[in-house]
Amino acid sequence: MPTIKSLDDLTRIREEVLKKQELITTSGKTEIIVGMGTVGRATGTQEILTAILSYIEEHNLGNVIVRQTGDMGLDSFEPVIQVILPGKERVTYGKLNPEIVKSILSNHVIGGKIIEEFKVER
Amino acid sequence: MKAVRSMVLVSSDAESIALGANEVFSAFQQKIQDYGLSDEISISFISDIGHNSAAPLVIIYPEAVIYGPVKPDDVLDIVEEHLDKGHIVERKLVPAHELSEHLAWLSSRKGTLPAENRIVLKNVGLIDPENIEDYIALDGYQALGTVLGKTPAETIGIIKDSGLRGRGGAGFPTGLKWSFVAKTHIDKKYVVCNADESEPGTFKDRLVLEGDPHAIIEAMAIAAYAVGADEGYVYIRGEYGLAIERMKVAIKQAREYGLLGKNIFSSKFSFDLHVHAGAGAYICGEETALIESIEGKRGEPRSRPPYPTTFGLWGKPTLVNNVETLANIPAIIRNGADWYRSIGTPSSPGTKVYTILGNVNVTGLIEVPMGITLREVITIYAKGMKGGTFKMAQTGGSSGSIIPANLQDTPMDFDSFKTASVSLGSGALLICNQEICVVDLAKVLLNFFRFESCGKCNPCRIGCQKSFEILSNIAEGIGTLQDLEDLQMMADQLYELSNCGLGQTAGSPLKDILTYFHAEVESHIRLKVCPADTCPMSGKTIYQVGQEVKITREQGA
Amino acid sequence: MSVEVKNGLDIKKTIRELIKQHGTERAELIPIMQKINAAFGYISSEAIEELAILMNLPTNQIFTVATFYRMLSTEPRGKHVIQFCESAPCHVAGGRQVWLALQEALGIKSGQTSQDNKWTLLTTSCLGACGIGPVLVIDQDIYGNVQPQQVKNILSRYE
Repeated sequence: MPTIKSLDDLTRIREEVLKKQELITTSGKTEIIVGMGTVGRATGTQEILTAILSYIEEHNLGNVIVRQTGDMGLDSFEPVIQVILPGKERVTYGKLNPEIVKSILSNHVIGGKIIEEFKVER
Repeated sequence: MKAVRSMVLVSSDAESIALGANEVFSAFQQKIQDYGLSDEISISFISDIGHNSAAPLVIIYPEAVIYGPVKPDDVLDIVEEHLDKGHIVERKLVPAHELSEHLAWLSSRKGTLPAENRIVLKNVGLIDPENIEDYIALDGYQALGTVLGKTPAETIGIIKDSGLRGRGGAGFPTGLKWSFVAKTHIDKKYVVCNADESEPGTFKDRLVLEGDPHAIIEAMAIAAYAVGADEGYVYIRGEYGLAIERMKVAIKQAREYGLLGKNIFSSKFSFDLHVHAGAGAYICGEETALIESIEGKRGEPRSRPPYPTTFGLWGKPTLVNNVETLANIPAIIRNGADWYRSIGTPSSPGTKVYTILGNVNVTGLIEVPMGITLREVITIYAKGMKGGTFKMAQTGGSSGSIIPANLQDTPMDFDSFKTASVSLGSGALLICNQEICVVDLAKVLLNFFRFESCGKCNPCRIGCQKSFEILSNIAEGIGTLQDLEDLQMMADQLYELSNCGLGQTAGSPLKDILTYFHAEVESHIRLKVCPADTCPMSGKTIYQVGQEVKITREQGA
Repeated sequence: MSVEVKNGLDIKKTIRELIKQHGTERAELIPIMQKINAAFGYISSEAIEELAILMNLPTNQIFTVATFYRMLSTEPRGKHVIQFCESAPCHVAGGRQVWLALQEALGIKSGQTSQDNKWTLLTTSCLGACGIGPVLVIDQDIYGNVQPQQVKNILSRYE
């Protein structure tokens, strides 16, 4: 466990983390970020997460990383996920259900095509 | 009403009308129709426009551009150039010196959209809250490291210079509060984060606690260093299970990294944190009640003075800051006081987090510079009203004010709202359309207060109950004109005689409905008519699923 | 005198365990009571007396705290506790219709427990999920954007 004893230590750890994160993007991995705050959970992100994970398993998607984050304040759009294709902008999708998520995974994550219909502008 | 892309407002004070505002209004209607823009652009009159010498004025949103004086002949240009092609018609703009007060401020923004500016919520919704590395990658704990190289006095100086004011509702200058605790010469002091966010409609603190808990830990450590404390408590309301869980995880991680505990950053400064989960009491948001609750007692507010800054937790000097206030601290330290002052209005620098709720198309949460107006929030961020027109907004949860339509162009900052004798409260904006009855709304608010009153002082305990009963009578159609006077008296007495903020603000919905919606309340009494058709006296069947149920008295609020 | 047992837990033994973990500082009283409430559903008079002895506090001091906080109960509650938010934001979003539908579906009113001890219906102040009102909470599960016609379906998910 790294113990931080000085600002230099902090900077070093920060750089290590940034390098790790950069490695993720340069290695061509796609990030899917699921909003798992209270409102996210109340509107069913648990089901969304399950749908994403089982889709990844079914289609053997080795280059996808799924992470969690808190609520973003997009209450009327919940459940919300964000998709970041390698080297691309963050795309936020809202008002999801497991079916829509599957279509996002096949069209956007695999096919690279953003589904405008469920995109949330913020 | 569906979302529109622009909104045209024509001033309608007596002077504007005399100078042809009505003609300008019809000209706009005509031209907007001619250009086929009726679906995209709304047009309305606006009152309470403030002092100016260029009437009639035309304000166009979302750019917040002010034209004036506008003659019917100018309308074609404005519609063609601005509304159709999107260019601001410079030659018709009002010269800044002809405007004063909030209009001057609006115009000084030079047509810039009040964009979201996330300081408090910078990392929320982006990082993994259960991974300290995500926070460190985004400059986390940098501010703490920097501060430990400065003196506590320098640190307080930065916060004072930034002009940061407490976001819990009262708007007390944060740097000043810190200096009160720092001044006391007692070896044991505490820092407490007030995360008992119980104002109905407010959930900004929950987002920070759930989404970015390390920001609070870092801020509390900075505060502790500045005031000379070595122990802290995060008092999170019991209903926020996820927030409590994530804060505990974050504290554990911070300890592992040596960012909490003994000799942080190899300095002489040591600091550790505890999480205290509330057990369900609104009153514990009041800082002395919160302290009592941490001590294991009923959450009843203490008599003040002495204030917690000198006599707080276990009798020791205690700094109590709200979550949103604290979340500003690391950013201020990193970027400096001048940077912070460049955002918001001169008397209320920085941003404010608002929760948008009620009858609007988009609900949720935004963080915008202080001084944005309610109309801007509704039009730009909430994407317009859902079902009907704007009637009123209730700010700051239950202890906020009811803002009528004619105040929706008042900049939302501490001082402008104070001048208009309304309150910003905790930043919830419950937006209501004409289907919401003011008596009914006040009844719901007072019902809340009568349950949440701790019962320690009589004015609050009895006043809230009695006011609720009077409102119920009015809603039932058995109110009398005497009730109006009684309600006013209750409101005054609650404000003057209550021991703490709960009772003092409980009367404000009463005061507000009597001030701004007197006619509507009176019609319940004189005509036995509820104009919004919601109160029980209208006998309306409101519930259709399965068996029909009429609202009767037993079913209450 | 019978010893209170729930889920195989003996109340006195549980309290002794909790005291061992938390100590007997007054500040630990509320955290301990929260755990008792979570394990047994309420804080019985037996629990209050045991706490009084072990923490060396008068029983009235413990009772007064137990009755002050909404999340602590001194009455037994049903198997599932439903909390319905009755604050203004949920009200404006159409909460009253949902509230009536809930009472109709359960056949009980606010503060009551159903005869089969399955449900306890409570109102609560804001739960901080106002953007998705009306909101109701069953045990630990939060439901948002609830429509009156969904109430029966939601209830049917609980055994």
